[in-house]
Amino acid sequence: MTLYWEEEMETLPRVGLESIQLKRLQHLVARVYKTVVPYREKMDAAGVKPLDIQSLADLAKLPFTVKEDLRENYPFGLFTVPMDQVVRVHASSGTTGKPTVVGYTKKDIRTWSGLMARALTCAGATSSDMVHNAYGYGLFTGGLGAHYGIERLGATVIPVSGGNTKRQITIMKDFQSSVLLATPSYALNLAETMETLGVDPNDLSLRVGVFGAEPWSENMRDEVERKLNIKAVDIYGLSEVIGPGVAMQCLEGEKGMHIFEDHFLPEIIDPDTGEVLPPGERGELVFTTLTKEAFPIIRYRTKDISRLLYNECACGRTLVRMEKVTGRTDDMLIIRGVNVFPSQIEHVLMGTEGVEPHYQIVVNREGNMDTMAVEVEVSEDIFSDEIKKLENLTRRIQMDIKDMLGVTCRVKLVEPKTIQRSEGKAQRVIDNRQL
Amino acid sequence: MRVEQIAVFLENKSGRLAEITATLAAENINIRALSVADTADFGILRLIVDNVEKAKSTLKSNGFTVGITNVIAVEVADRTGGLAKVLKTIEEESLNVEYMYAFVNKTGENAVLIFRFDDMDKAIEALQRTGYTILSGKEICAL
Repeated sequence: MTLYWEEEMETLPRVGLESIQLKRLQHLVARVYKTVVPYREKMDAAGVKPLDIQSLADLAKLPFTVKEDLRENYPFGLFTVPMDQVVRVHASSGTTGKPTVVGYTKKDIRTWSGLMARALTCAGATSSDMVHNAYGYGLFTGGLGAHYGIERLGATVIPVSGGNTKRQITIMKDFQSSVLLATPSYALNLAETMETLGVDPNDLSLRVGVFGAEPWSENMRDEVERKLNIKAVDIYGLSEVIGPGVAMQCLEGEKGMHIFEDHFLPEIIDPDTGEVLPPGERGELVFTTLTKEAFPIIRYRTKDISRLLYNECACGRTLVRMEKVTGRTDDMLIIRGVNVFPSQIEHVLMGTEGVEPHYQIVVNREGNMDTMAVEVEVSEDIFSDEIKKLENLTRRIQMDIKDMLGVTCRVKLVEPKTIQRSEGKAQRVIDNRQL
Repeated sequence: MRVEQIAVFLENKSGRLAEITATLAAENINIRALSVADTADFGILRLIVDNVEKAKSTLKSNGFTVGITNVIAVEVADRTGGLAKVLKTIEEESLNVEYMYAFVNKTGENAVLIFRFDDMDKAIEALQRTGYTILSGKEICAL
């Protein structure tokens, strides 16, 4: 039987859901227009007023918000309430320049905790669970966001945060952690460390893993499930929207994550033209928050590539599902004119017998030519004392990548454990090009 | 009649070979013979040692990728044409050599040829039938 946190909202017929969404959207746009100068200026420039929002389709009239807008209004310029009502801030590290800062009122924290509790319930967690929260605590939304949700659910939270992997395993064993929250790359790091320490995952009490915060492939999911002997489900969120708990995969349905649409309005757009794409098409995911107070956001471009699936789900939730993020518009590499997503390369590697899920993509420019090298660690499974066999392996990976992407790359075998292990987000790409 | 050989994966980085040999020396493991096969990106170090299990576990715990393969050690007289004669037999028996290397033992009378064939059983049978002395791992260490 499906467990729900807020059954009524999670199973609302679409007509009812859309009427709630519209009311909330109208209210939000009016409030933001009145209180936040940068939003008002952008709307005025686009010639759109709050009263122009008469249907959900009118959302497309509103200008987009992008990460640069947050940076320009650093740190608190896009907050809609006075600072004395803000009880918490989080920030995400910018790859360039200043971080982007978001804020929460008391009510926002309550909303967020509820959504995280809803997400954990989707994964089958209950108040009886011992939840091992290995998301980083601090400015990153992952740790604290999940933490409050676990407490709200009534489960026991182990606020272990990231790093110190050996100690984590001891805690996992001694405290009988039943639910693991981590980035998928860190989950693999945990599994590998268990192997080294001779800890059998079957001796642990782990049942399910809730993994997110970085793109990961279906093959990586299989790998984590097999190595830790757990069910691995996807969680989606980003700090600009709220943090973890924007969308969540259920246990019952096919793969894909239910977007908590009563709080977040999703769109899929063509990343080049900005046009809204019809349901089912793949493109850039855009979110508008419907209930946030301190830091609402209108049409935020996530740069995540996904699509929306409106078909029925076995779990009974009517909330639309987003497909697993297949890449980001900004980690997309262009190698000799071809678009390359690291997740595609990962897919090839994970499909190759014996290859460990530790890899790195190194991009260089030699003369006018872009070159891509994929570094793969040599495990005992693929090692041979014969050069011929190792060269056959690299040639096969090379050909599979060529088949998938149309790009020739060099496959380089490296010694085990020489590729940096993730203590959070794995760094998959080293781009040495000065473009 | 097979000899266990240790194979170690080597990235082409300076100092790796020195590290391996130092690691083995620290554990008092004696190397009887070795060869390095290399490509532009990596190399494979093949070793005959006096304590295979210990060498393997020591190298593994130091983070190396290690494999054990069986090879055949053939003893021939250390004089002109010794190798040529064995290779001729191998050709006549249509055996395929994957790789080989050789060393001369302390007395200097005999040379030991280490072979990896694609069909090891067939190779052993053929070499014995044609009168070659095949050494065991123990015999190599005793040389």
